[in-house]
Amino acid sequence: MIAFLRLLSRNRLALAGGIVMLCVVLLALIAPLLPLADPDVTNTAHRFKTPFTEGALLGTDHLGRDLLARLLWGTRLSLMVGFAAAMIAATIGAAIGIIAGYFGGRTDNLIMRGVDMLMAFPYILLALAIVAALGPGLFNALIAVATVNIPFFARNIRGVTVGIAHREFVDAARLSGMSDARIILTEILPNVVPVIVIAMSTTIGWMILETAGLSFLGLGSQPPQADLGSMLGEARSALITNPYTSVVPGVMILIIVMAINLLGDGVRDALDPRLKSGALSRPMAATLVNRTGPVPEPKGNGLLEVQDLETQFHVKNRVYKAIDGVSLHVKPGECLGIIGESGSGKSVTALSVMGLVASPPGVITGGAVRYDGTDLIGAPYKHLREMRGKNVAYIFQDPLATLHPLYKVGDQLIEAIRSHYSISSAEGRKKAIDLLRAVRIPNPEKRISDYPHEMSGGMRQRVGIAMALANDPDIIIADEPTTALDVTVQAQILALLDDLRKTRGLAIVFITHDFGVVAQLCDRVAVMYAGRIVEEGPTKAILDAPMHPYTARLMACVPELGEGKRRLEAIPGLPPVVDNLPTGCAFAERCHKSQTACRGSDIALVFDTGRAVRCLFPDNPNAEAAQ
Amino acid sequence: MAGYILKRLLSAIPVLFGITVIVFLIMALIPGDPATAILGAYATPENVAKLNRDLGLDKPLAQQYFIWLGNILIGDFGTSFALNRPVLDEVLERFNATLILAGTAFVLCSIFGIVAGVVSAANQYGLGDKAITFVVLLGISIPSFFLGMMMILFFAVNLRMFPVSGMWPIYGARDLSALISHLTLPALALAVVATGVIARLTRSAMLEVLRQDYIRTARAKGVPERGVIWRHALKAAMVAIIPVLGIQAGFVLSGAVYIEIVFQWPGVGRMLVDAILKRDILLVQGGVVFVAACYVIFNIAVDVAQSMLDPRIKT
Repeated sequence: MIAFLRLLSRNRLALAGGIVMLCVVLLALIAPLLPLADPDVTNTAHRFKTPFTEGALLGTDHLGRDLLARLLWGTRLSLMVGFAAAMIAATIGAAIGIIAGYFGGRTDNLIMRGVDMLMAFPYILLALAIVAALGPGLFNALIAVATVNIPFFARNIRGVTVGIAHREFVDAARLSGMSDARIILTEILPNVVPVIVIAMSTTIGWMILETAGLSFLGLGSQPPQADLGSMLGEARSALITNPYTSVVPGVMILIIVMAINLLGDGVRDALDPRLKSGALSRPMAATLVNRTGPVPEPKGNGLLEVQDLETQFHVKNRVYKAIDGVSLHVKPGECLGIIGESGSGKSVTALSVMGLVASPPGVITGGAVRYDGTDLIGAPYKHLREMRGKNVAYIFQDPLATLHPLYKVGDQLIEAIRSHYSISSAEGRKKAIDLLRAVRIPNPEKRISDYPHEMSGGMRQRVGIAMALANDPDIIIADEPTTALDVTVQAQILALLDDLRKTRGLAIVFITHDFGVVAQLCDRVAVMYAGRIVEEGPTKAILDAPMHPYTARLMACVPELGEGKRRLEAIPGLPPVVDNLPTGCAFAERCHKSQTACRGSDIALVFDTGRAVRCLFPDNPNAEAAQ
Repeated sequence: MAGYILKRLLSAIPVLFGITVIVFLIMALIPGDPATAILGAYATPENVAKLNRDLGLDKPLAQQYFIWLGNILIGDFGTSFALNRPVLDEVLERFNATLILAGTAFVLCSIFGIVAGVVSAANQYGLGDKAITFVVLLGISIPSFFLGMMMILFFAVNLRMFPVSGMWPIYGARDLSALISHLTLPALALAVVATGVIARLTRSAMLEVLRQDYIRTARAKGVPERGVIWRHALKAAMVAIIPVLGIQAGFVLSGAVYIEIVFQWPGVGRMLVDAILKRDILLVQGGVVFVAACYVIFNIAVDVAQSMLDPRIKT
């Protein structure tokens, strides 16, 4: 509760709303004690006195009644009715929802049918029908507003109750012989209360508005008693001659409802854990760049050259160094593998190239990415956008999530081309069919009008590859393209990629956590751990004689065909969290060879005859000598 | 698709049936008997009894319901005693005016709400987002009847840009330009609250969608940001927005009652309020059933639109 209030008070708008609401409620409460004129005493001699005249701070209405007094008494009435309606709707709605959700089955079915039926009515129409039956009057208006809000509560709370009704603690209570009524009161209700509070805080403003509305129509409070709505309704006839009589109650309703809405949003944010973390922020068109250090000089290594790249995630006050000084390069027709566990920074490296790291929270803080010699980090978005897909294309992991679910695959392919070249739709269609054929999708003329969900996983990934090929890029960055597929399909996709590389001279950067895939496809491989490269070299050399203990462990994770007896060795421990890395070797904690020196100072990546390793005590130190 | 539409239409039958039951039961709750309400307090008991017999009110409740339902099904909603004309004629004429008002407001709130929500989400935490969020908060907090009154005061009385009230000019041609100038203020006043609700929902739906992997795919293939936002993200967000449009249509349709009162618009809402105050039961019954039925049909159209947008829905 205290944590909740603290969270609520940290939300400045909610705090403002809360303070305003508190003032209004206090004023309404102490209205009988204030030295106010009687709100119902008419004095036609003093009608329509303008505000700020003596004896009538807010003026008088068409019957000469003091507007300030009427305003405070009216506010009192409106608040009371609004809160009462909310309480009634919440209580009855929650009761119905809990009963439906807890008992389920037939009871649930019957109740929810009725609720749906009520919800089929336009909201205010139902309130009007109820008032029509009961007759005009404030109490009847209250009942009408409460009634039309019951279905909303019932439905929300039923949903939550269904989720709770089959949890272990409820089953346990049932087994211990507790009665249903007691289970509902002691086990279910406490868990449902936050939802009731959220639902109330978001609807109470509505209910005050609705009761005011019914009074405005003359169906709520009857003269001489007046709430804010009927004050406004009575003032309407003098709207043009004496507008302040309308403005006074109207602004008061606005203030109350706005304060409640602000407060309600705050309550919802404080109680809903998903919103709390600020998880709902949208990634921008390109990753933020905030490069402080010097830009590395080009070395002229290959078509794509990544130099000392640093990408971080800034979440509140924490800085996660997702990648910290990564350098890579790839030549045309070459395949470079990047391998590591999840969280090692391999995907972030890949996405940083074209500024596709989600930002916020991602920020590129240093290094360079050179395409054909020119630096892309900090390049204008327009330039980056033109290169995406045209020069450097991506293939992503899960093709069901990475293809747009509501567009036909053909249209998605055509769009990829049309983003860079203006072609006619007939031409686009022809090209799309050619592309699908190139990735060996059977019957492409028909498949072109499939939606992604109508295809198998392997077919979808072929579409993903076709999309990457659409504009004949020089480089394809494949981010675990086969991880979500089963093994036979995986082999087909790898063969396809290898074939395309050979026939089209593509440079491929292939990201994976699977050494088996690397062995099949890659010329060179870079091993990443905790945002850094720990070993790099030709695939064969590394597979034959890994130098970094982490590489060796990673390779041991791959089961080899025909050697089924060997134990699949998992690496003990978990990769470190990259917001607080230890000094020295990040792998030292999990390494069987680690010594005190490993935890001392930063360990450099040492290059030696085509290979590089970041380790003080590498395995196979004489690997090259042996070859 | 045709099969799906038929299926949804059939599923509406029990809902429509339920609506008539609910309306009938609410009206049956009325304390006292309608005959006294119609004839007034000075009626003789013989006259009251005769009218009750004529209206079929001496029969059991269930029988009364089925007689009423049967009449409705052949288009006979009874006769309004206050207006002395068939309920259906009156309702149809009034509903026409409401449809013009609510329909325009619905189009306005859909367009403004979605555009505001998309712009807000695309510039999250930026100046535009903050400005829109504030205006939207104001919009969902202001009572539409108060807003309407202020609009009359400012735009009609002070600036003389629009007529103060009514649907048609008292003298002069009843042409489209006259209608538009009469319609502008009430339609805007009616649209404001729904615009706010739709904008809020659109913003959060867009933020949810923009984090999805397929948005990153669109960016990776070089789709310009405008296309990413308006084609890719908005289309996916519409799946969440369309049901809310359906709900808001109900709010606009029934919320029109306030606006019709404020702007003297000859719609079905104003008719209902008058009928309630005069206790013209048959007119209230007929009006409520008719509007609710139209809303049910409209919601089927919403479902069909949803299934056309989202191929994953089994049709």
